[in-house]
Amino acid sequence: MQRRACVLAILATGTMAGPASAYTAYVSNEKDNTMTVVDTATMQVVKTVDVGQRPRGITISHDGKFIYLCASDDNTIQIIDTATLQVVGTLPSGDDPELFVLSPDGKTLYVANENDNLVTAIDVDSKEVKTEIPVGVEPEGMAVSPDGKTMVNTSETTSMAHFIDTGSHDVTDNVLVDTRPRFAAFKPDGSQVWVSAEVGGTVSVIDNAKRQVVKKIKFAIPGLRAETIQPVGIAISADGKKAYVALGPANHVAVINTETYEVEKYILVGQRVWHLDFTPDQKTLITTNGNSNDITFIDTATDEPVQSVTVGQQPWGVAISPN
Amino acid sequence: MTSAVPGTLALLCFLSLAAGALGASAQQPTSQSAGAIKPEDKITEIKIGYLRAYAPRLTLSLLDAPPRDEGVAGANVAIGDNNTTGRFIKQKFSLDVTEIKPDADAVQAFDDLIAKGDRYVVADLSARQLLSIADIARDKGVLIFNVGATDDSLREEDCRINVFHIAPTRSMLADALAQYLMVKKWPNWVLLYGSHEQDHLYAEALRRAATRFGGQIVAEKEFKDTGTARRTDTGATQIQQQISVFTQDLPEHDVLLVADESEVFGTYVPYRTWTSRLVAGTAGLVASSWHPASEQWGGIQMQSRFLKATGRRMLSKDMSAWTAVRAVGEATTRTNGDDPKKISDYIRSDDFSVAAFKGQKLTFRKWNLQLRQPILLGDTKSVVSTSPQEGFLHQVSELDTLGIDQPETKCVLK
Repeated sequence: MQRRACVLAILATGTMAGPASAYTAYVSNEKDNTMTVVDTATMQVVKTVDVGQRPRGITISHDGKFIYLCASDDNTIQIIDTATLQVVGTLPSGDDPELFVLSPDGKTLYVANENDNLVTAIDVDSKEVKTEIPVGVEPEGMAVSPDGKTMVNTSETTSMAHFIDTGSHDVTDNVLVDTRPRFAAFKPDGSQVWVSAEVGGTVSVIDNAKRQVVKKIKFAIPGLRAETIQPVGIAISADGKKAYVALGPANHVAVINTETYEVEKYILVGQRVWHLDFTPDQKTLITTNGNSNDITFIDTATDEPVQSVTVGQQPWGVAISPN
Repeated sequence: MTSAVPGTLALLCFLSLAAGALGASAQQPTSQSAGAIKPEDKITEIKIGYLRAYAPRLTLSLLDAPPRDEGVAGANVAIGDNNTTGRFIKQKFSLDVTEIKPDADAVQAFDDLIAKGDRYVVADLSARQLLSIADIARDKGVLIFNVGATDDSLREEDCRINVFHIAPTRSMLADALAQYLMVKKWPNWVLLYGSHEQDHLYAEALRRAATRFGGQIVAEKEFKDTGTARRTDTGATQIQQQISVFTQDLPEHDVLLVADESEVFGTYVPYRTWTSRLVAGTAGLVASSWHPASEQWGGIQMQSRFLKATGRRMLSKDMSAWTAVRAVGEATTRTNGDDPKKISDYIRSDDFSVAAFKGQKLTFRKWNLQLRQPILLGDTKSVVSTSPQEGFLHQVSELDTLGIDQPETKCVLK
């Protein structure tokens, strides 16, 4: 049944470069308390699962067995078994968890607690809080360096990227960026951290050794008011050559050459594009479009949108299975 | 498309922007934001004064009775926010609140505040009181942040180089409303206004907005304050008849505009009119700088934080005071200092902006130091719309389609 659907889908979308590998994408839908499960090869919704209230941040364990999902209004993180799609446990996230990041060794989840100005480190195995780290006002963006030694949190009203030593849990550096920083992403080689500023309308590139902003990237889309360009999610390709930035209500994703810092293309996706992620083979990028209630598949070879798929109400984040 | 400013300026720049804006530019960051901030030993204390004219007052609806800490509560939440940020850069903020009567002399209270060492003063005062301290403040190097007075005159003929205006003006509020009514294609208005000075000022702002955006005021009527219209045990029946009769025999119109800042009759207009018309202005659909139900653009976070801290919902004056204290915090963070002269220079520079949960950065108009801001249009329950409306264009910022614009300004900063 599923295979037949797959063949049909590929026939129907002849613009695809070739058959993509089959992964599973999990999309959190903020407004209807569900998670949509999508087959990335057929680009079809496989299942919709009821989850906790106001699901936002979503990630997947490195072995692909568990999904971690912030149920913000339930003040908890749900653990969902990807085999059964059942909630099998919770993690003590603290108040109003929004975004988190899993350490490279898969053992620690770092969570931004927006209402309490804290980052909480949770031991995934014991399900216990290891420590709480005071940060700036409205912490949101979270990233961990590839070597696992440095964690970065951005705080929206403070407008800083806080660099935290994951060994001592001390805040070692605070780097000012533009207004309302929402998301942080390390380059795969760990040399830089990219931070988006939603209201500032920029992406700051921070040198991880110097802990200084070395470049500020601005955006301009012909015919759109500057205020509508509000950078949020960032995804950097595994080879480190391209960065994709979701521009929120501008309804476009910017494609940036990471060597020249030039925007090479603006890809039109759905309304209020929020977060995005690559499939493990790097051939496809999936964006969540909050106001049009869909996700968009982008072919990274051509940087063209391939197809949009309707999911739940106000899709927020996406996590894709590693295999 | 509708042009907000007279003449050719508005559209031209939009077109040239669109044509020239291909691609993005990568720029070197400014020096303020380039370096990592390392903790230093010395803590800088930044004392902010809050001077407030206050007396309990009657409102037509119990729901509109101002909370005892209106405004002050917003400033306190912002002090907390500034201190959370200040922890990383060794800055500590505090708030001194002083209250005077609405008709009292403000000079002594102001002198007392600056004797305590306050160099930034949030002012919730009448225009008259604010003017009485503005020049003294300037001579002593003190910056004032106006959160209470909506008078256009304070940003025009009476503007001062050391007075920043966070509260929107009456003309900004009226323009925000007028844009929406024009977008809805409800262009014919009847204007009902109260008999007090501030009612006349808001009525004048509405007349100006009509001229500016193409609305027609087909009739006007003043509601005299005879001192008898206020809430009483038996008032409901009388008011029902009184408003009905007052709105009889009006020419055909789409919307009844009400200008009653003095709380004499406005709240009683909706649903009691002779014909079934919508009401807007100080009653019905109301323009304001904040709304207790605004949750867009991260607003839900601000609302939750405020509710948790104060036990009540956040009002416009709370948001203005929050923004005032945050503007000082933002400037001291970015300049890593607390010298009022440097702070003033920075706030007036192109580098300054402050985020206040309105979907875009807020900056000051350099020619009169008024904060540019989207205006929310709401009823008692929800936000109906946000102005500027789509299609009202401007060569500098769409936000400048609200209120008196630079080409018309009478302000000479001194």
